[in-house]
Amino acid sequence: MDLFWLIPFLPLIGFLINGIGIKWVPKQLAGLIACSVVGIAFAIAVGAFLELRSLPVADRSVTHVMFPWIMAGQFNVNVAFLWDQLSSVMVMIVTGVGFLIHVYSLGYMKNDPGFKRYFAYLNLFTFAMLLLVMGDNFLLLFVGWEGVGLCSYLLIGFWYQKDSATDAGKKAFIVNRIGDFGVLLGMFLVYWNTGSLTFVEVFERAPAVFIAGAALPTAITLLFFLGATGKSAQLPLYVWLPDAMEGPTPVSALIHAATMVTAGVYLFARASGLFAMAPDAMMVVAIVGALTAFMAATIGLVQNDIKRVLAYSTVSQLGYMFLAVGSGAYIAAIFHLMTHAFFKALLFLGSGSVIEACHHEQDMRKMGGLRKKMPITSTTFMIGSLALAGVPIFAGFFSKDEILYNTFTSGTLGAIGPVLWVIGALAALMTAFYITRAVAMTFYGEPKDKEIHDHAHESPSVMTVPLMILAVASTVGGFLGIPIFMKYNVMHNWLGPLIGGGGHGAHGGDHGAVTEHGTTHLAAGPSDHGGGHAEHNVTLEVILMGISVAIALFGIVWAWQNYVKHPKRAEAMGARFPGLYKLLDGKWFVDEFYNAVIVVPIVGFSKFLWTVVDSEFVDGLVNGTGKLMRGIGSALRPVQSGLTPNYATAILVGAIVIMGYVVLGGAR
Amino acid sequence: MPVPVEYFQILAGILFAIGVMGVLFRRNLLIIFMSVELMLNAANISLVAFSRSLNNIDGQVIVFFVLAVAAAEVAVGLAIIIDLFRKEGTVDVNRVRLLRG
Amino acid sequence: MPVLSLITFLPLIGALLIWFLPMSSKGHRGLALLTTLVTFAVSLQLWFGFERGTADFQYVEKLAWIPDFGVSYHLGIDGISILLVLLSTFLGIIGVLASWTAVEKRTKSYYAFLLVLQTGMTGVFVSLDLFLFYVFWEAMLIPMYFLIGIWGGERRLYAAVKFFLYTMFGSLLMLVALIYLAVTYYQQTGVMSFDLLEIYSVALGREQQLWLFAAYALAFAIKVPLFPFHTWLPDAHVEAPTAGSIILAGVLLKMGTYGYVRFCLPLFPEATVAAVPVIAILSVIGIIYGALVAMVQPDIKKLVAYSSVSHLGFVMLGVFALNIQGLQGGMLQMINHGVSTGALFLLVGMIYERRHTRLIENFGGITKVMPAFAVCFLIVTLSSIGLPGTNGFVGEFLVLLGAFAANKWYGVLATTGVILAACYMLWMFQRVMFGVIKHKENEDLKDLNLREWITVLPLLILIFWMGIYPKPFLDTMDASLKNVLVQVGQAPPQIPNMDTHGDHDDHSDYRVIPMDDDTNLVMIDSGKAPDATLMSQETELKDAGASNENAPGEEME
Repeated sequence: MDLFWLIPFLPLIGFLINGIGIKWVPKQLAGLIACSVVGIAFAIAVGAFLELRSLPVADRSVTHVMFPWIMAGQFNVNVAFLWDQLSSVMVMIVTGVGFLIHVYSLGYMKNDPGFKRYFAYLNLFTFAMLLLVMGDNFLLLFVGWEGVGLCSYLLIGFWYQKDSATDAGKKAFIVNRIGDFGVLLGMFLVYWNTGSLTFVEVFERAPAVFIAGAALPTAITLLFFLGATGKSAQLPLYVWLPDAMEGPTPVSALIHAATMVTAGVYLFARASGLFAMAPDAMMVVAIVGALTAFMAATIGLVQNDIKRVLAYSTVSQLGYMFLAVGSGAYIAAIFHLMTHAFFKALLFLGSGSVIEACHHEQDMRKMGGLRKKMPITSTTFMIGSLALAGVPIFAGFFSKDEILYNTFTSGTLGAIGPVLWVIGALAALMTAFYITRAVAMTFYGEPKDKEIHDHAHESPSVMTVPLMILAVASTVGGFLGIPIFMKYNVMHNWLGPLIGGGGHGAHGGDHGAVTEHGTTHLAAGPSDHGGGHAEHNVTLEVILMGISVAIALFGIVWAWQNYVKHPKRAEAMGARFPGLYKLLDGKWFVDEFYNAVIVVPIVGFSKFLWTVVDSEFVDGLVNGTGKLMRGIGSALRPVQSGLTPNYATAILVGAIVIMGYVVLGGAR
Repeated sequence: MPVPVEYFQILAGILFAIGVMGVLFRRNLLIIFMSVELMLNAANISLVAFSRSLNNIDGQVIVFFVLAVAAAEVAVGLAIIIDLFRKEGTVDVNRVRLLRG
Repeated sequence: MPVLSLITFLPLIGALLIWFLPMSSKGHRGLALLTTLVTFAVSLQLWFGFERGTADFQYVEKLAWIPDFGVSYHLGIDGISILLVLLSTFLGIIGVLASWTAVEKRTKSYYAFLLVLQTGMTGVFVSLDLFLFYVFWEAMLIPMYFLIGIWGGERRLYAAVKFFLYTMFGSLLMLVALIYLAVTYYQQTGVMSFDLLEIYSVALGREQQLWLFAAYALAFAIKVPLFPFHTWLPDAHVEAPTAGSIILAGVLLKMGTYGYVRFCLPLFPEATVAAVPVIAILSVIGIIYGALVAMVQPDIKKLVAYSSVSHLGFVMLGVFALNIQGLQGGMLQMINHGVSTGALFLLVGMIYERRHTRLIENFGGITKVMPAFAVCFLIVTLSSIGLPGTNGFVGEFLVLLGAFAANKWYGVLATTGVILAACYMLWMFQRVMFGVIKHKENEDLKDLNLREWITVLPLLILIFWMGIYPKPFLDTMDASLKNVLVQVGQAPPQIPNMDTHGDHDDHSDYRVIPMDDDTNLVMIDSGKAPDATLMSQETELKDAGASNENAPGEEME
C-alpha cells in the first residue's frame, strides 16, 4: 500500500513514452506499454485495496503527500493522494475496466494510422481520471476533472479530419467548462469559509462553519452540481455526450460510459458530508436526476444509431445516479456507478464489435440477424442488455432497485420521493424497451442489408475476451450490493463508514462522527447495517422490487413484440404519434434551442462589440482625437504661407508688440 | 567737442529702419540679406556709441561677437542663396515658397 | 560586480557592435543571439543568488547621476522585478531566434533595435529611481516604434504611430506626477530626490493621492492595456514582426502591470483602495470584452491580441484584489502570459513565415502536415486557456480566488472569462488545425525544423514547470508582495472560525509546509468581529485602508 501513489503515475509514464516517442516506439511495443501500465496499476490497486481492508475501519484513510503545489499566503494545496474506501473502489473500477478497454482497443484500433497517438491519449486519460479520484483535495480533483475533459476533447476529436468529430470535441470541452465554472466558484466558497481545500479538513470544519440548510451550503452544493451536470451529462448540460459518440467506440466505453462521466457522482459521494447540509439543493439534484433519466430515455426510444441509443442510455443511467445522490443514497449511487461501468462498457464494446464487423456502419436499420454471425458478441451484448434493463440476478437490477427504493423512502425528499419514484420507474420501463429494441434490431430479425450481413464476422479474441470478462462482471457484480434485507451487503459494509449510510436523511457533515458511527457498525457485525437503515422496511422494498421487475419484463416483452415478432408495428407506432415522434427524434430540439438562444446571440453580440464598439466607438474616440488635432493643424495652416516677407512682417510686428509692452507696460 | 550720443543713436535708428524696410519690401533674397547685415551694423553702431559714452567696454565686446557671428552668417547664408538659385533658378522670395504649410 | 548594470547594458553594447562593426546579415543575427544568450546567462545568476524570504532590494547599485536634482542611477531588484527581468532576458533570446529567417531586410538595424529594446525593458524593471525609470520607459518606445514601423505589416505606419502616441500621452502625465512627487518630497524634507525608496516616505493627502494615482494609473493602464485603452494593442500586434509581437506581449505589457505594483500601490495606498472598484470593474469588462471580441476575429494574431486584453484583465483584477492570493496570482499571471502568449505569437509567426497569411480561413487541417507543430500549438493553446497542469491555471486560479475574496461578484464575472477562453481558443484551434486541408498551398507545409524546436521547447518546459511546480516562483515573489500589501495597509481576508495561527499541527500528515504566519503582520483592525463573513468584506477592507493612512512609508525605512 506504500506504493499506492504510484498508481496514477504508471499511466503517466506510459503516456510520456508513447507520446514523446511517438516517432520511434514501434507500434506493437506502444500497445504493450499502454496496456501493461494500466494492468500494473490495477494490480497495485487491488493489492493496496486488500491491505486497506486488513486495517481497522478507523485507519482506512491514508494520505501520501508528493510535493507542495500552490501556496499563497495561507492558501496551501499539496499534490497529495488519498487512499480510502471510496478512492480504492473508484481506482479499481477505473483501472480494471480501463485495462479491459485498453486490451480491447488493441484489436479495435489495429489498423488505424493513429494507433500510437490513440494509446498515448488513453493513458493520459487514465492518469487524469486517477488524479480525479485519488486527489486528497478539491483542487487536485479539479485538475483531474479538467484533465479528463481535455482527454475527452482529444479522443472525441481523434479523427480530426472529420468536422463532426472536432465539433463534438469542442462542444464537449466548452460545455464542460461551463460546469467547471461552477466547480471553481464552489471551491472559492469552500476555501473562503473553511480555510482549506483538503477534503479531510473541509469536512472536519464544515459543521462548525456552515449552518445546515442555510444559503451558503446550498449555494456550494448547487455550484458543484453545476459542475456535475457538465461532466456527468445531466440536464441542462447533457448535450455534449450524445455528440461525443463521434470518437472511437472504446473511448465511448471508457470515458463516456464507465469512468469520466461518473466523476460528478464521485464528487458528490466524496463530499457527501458537505452536501448533506443542503437539503434543498439535494432535492434539486434528485429532481434533475430523475428528469434527466426520464428525458434521455425517451430520446433513446427512437434513435437508430446504435451508439446514440447507448449514449442516451448513459445519460439516463447517470440521471439515476444523481437521483440516488439527491435522495442521500450515496452508496447506492456508487454501487450503480460500478455496475453501470461494467454493463455499459460491455454494451459499448459490444456495439464496437458489431460496428467493426459491419464495416463502420452504425445504423441499426441496416443491421439485423447478426446473432448467428457473431455468437460471442451477441451473447455478451444481451447479458449487458439484461443488466441494463434491470432483470433480476444481473448487476443492474440490484443497483437500480436500491436507488428506486431509496428514492421512495428518502427522508430528504419527503413527499416528492414517490413522485420521483414514478418518474424513475417510467424511465426504467423505457430503458427495458429501448435496449430490447436495440438488441432486436441488431441481432434478430432478417438482415436488412445483405452486403453488410455477408461480410460480418466475429471479432478476434483480443476483443471478445474483454467482452466475456465484462459479461461475467455484469452478471455477478450485483451481488456486491445485494439488497439490504438479505443482511449482507459488501458495498455498504465497505463504504458505509466513510460516506455514511444508504440515504435516510442527512448524516451531518462531521467526518469524525461518521467514522465513529462506522466503528460501532463494524462491532455490530454484518447483521446490522448501520443506523441509517435502522427502520428499513423490508416489505416495502420487496413490493417495490416486484414492481420494478414487472416493469422491466413488461418493457422487454413489449419491445420484443414490436420489433421481433411484428416488426411492422413499430413503424405504425411512430406514425400514430407524428408530433411526439418528431419531438423525440429531434431530441427535444435542445441543441437547436441552445444554438438559437445562446450561441447565435453571443456570436452576434461579439461581432457587434468588435465592429461597432471596438472599431467605431473606442477606436473612433482615439482616432477622433487624432482627427481633432489634424483639424486644428489645418485650420492654422494658411499662416505658414511660405512667403518670407510675411514671416518678416510677423517678426516685426511681434518685436514691436513686445517692445511696446516692455516700454509701456514694463514701466509699471 | 565729442559728437553727442543721440546723433549716433539717430543714425543707428535710421540705418535699422532702412534695413527693416529692405527686408520687408525687397524681393531679391540677396538684397534682403544685405538689409539684414545693415540691421546688424545699425545695432553695432548703437552699441559702440553707448559703450563710449558710458565708458563701459562691454558694448564693444559684444560688437566683436556680433561681427564674428555675422561673418559666419554671411558664409552660410550666401551658400544657401547660391544653392537655392541653383535649384530654383531664382532668388525672388515671392516665388520660393518651399516652407508653405 | 554590477550584475544589474551588466544585464541592462550588455544588449546595448551588442547593439553598438552590430551597428558599427562591418559584417554580413548572418553576423548580425549571430552576434545578436550571442548577446542575448550571454545576457540571459548573466541574469540566471540572479535566480540562484537571489535571497528569498526578504522584501529588501538586492543587487543594489547606486551612483549619483544628476546630483543637483537628486537624480541617481539606482538599480535593484526584489521578488517582484526579478522574475520580470528574467522574463525579458529569456524572451530576448526567443525574439532573436524567431527572427532568424523571418527578417531579411536591413538586418543590421533590426537586430540593433531589438537589443536596444531589451536594454530599455530591463532598465524599466531594475530602476529604483523615478527619473531613471522614466528615461528607460520612454527610451524603450523608440526601438519598438521602428520595429513596428519598418519591419511591420501593411498598416505598419498607422500602428506604429498609434502605439507611440498612445504611450506618449500616458507617460507625459506620469512625468508630471513624478516631478510633483519629487517637489513634494523636497518641500517636506528639504532634499531633492527622485529615489523611489525615499519617495515612498512622502506623506500625501487624500486629494493629492487621487490625482497622482490617476496620472500614474492612466500611463500604466494604457500600457497594460486596460479596457478601454486597449485599441492600440491589436493594431500593434498585427503589424509588428513576430519578435516584436513576442516582446510586446511578453514584456512590454507587463511594464504596465509592474508599474501598478511598484508605484501605484505603495505610493498611493489610500487612492488605491478608493480606486479598486473602478479598476476592478474595468478589468472584469476587459476580461469578458476581450474574450468576446477575440472570438470573432478572422486574423489569428488579432485573436491572440484580444486574448491578451482578457488575460491582462486577470492580472489587473488579481493585483487590485489587494490580498496575497490575488497579488501572487496576478504576478504569476504576468509571467504566464509572457510565456504562453509569447509562445502563441511565436507559433503564429512560424506558420506566417510558411504561408504569408494569418487569416484563419486560409488554414484548416494543418495537423495532417505539421503534427509536431500541432502538438506545440495545442499545448500552448491549453496553457492560454488555463488548463490545470499548465502555468495558466495556477495564475488564473489564484487571481480568481483573490478576486472572489475581495468581492464575490468580481470573482463570479471574471470566472466566466474561463469559459469564454475555451470558446475562442478552441474554435480557432479547430479551424486552423483540424479538418481536411482545403487549400492546396497547405498541402506541403514543412513541419518544425531544429531551430524552431529549440525556440519552442524552452517555452513548453516553462509552461509545464510553472504549472506543476510553481513553488519556486511563488516563493520568490512572496515576501515582496506581502510587503506591498503592508504598504497598502490591507488585512488578509477573514476566514470565519479559523484560527489564524493554524491548528495545522494536528494534521501534520497533510501539510508538509507549515502555514505562514502572515496574518499577524497586518492585523490592522483587530477590534473587528473575528467571524466576519465574506459579505462584510468590502466595508472592512475600506476601514482597514482608511485607518492606515501614513503607515506605508515607515515600513520601508
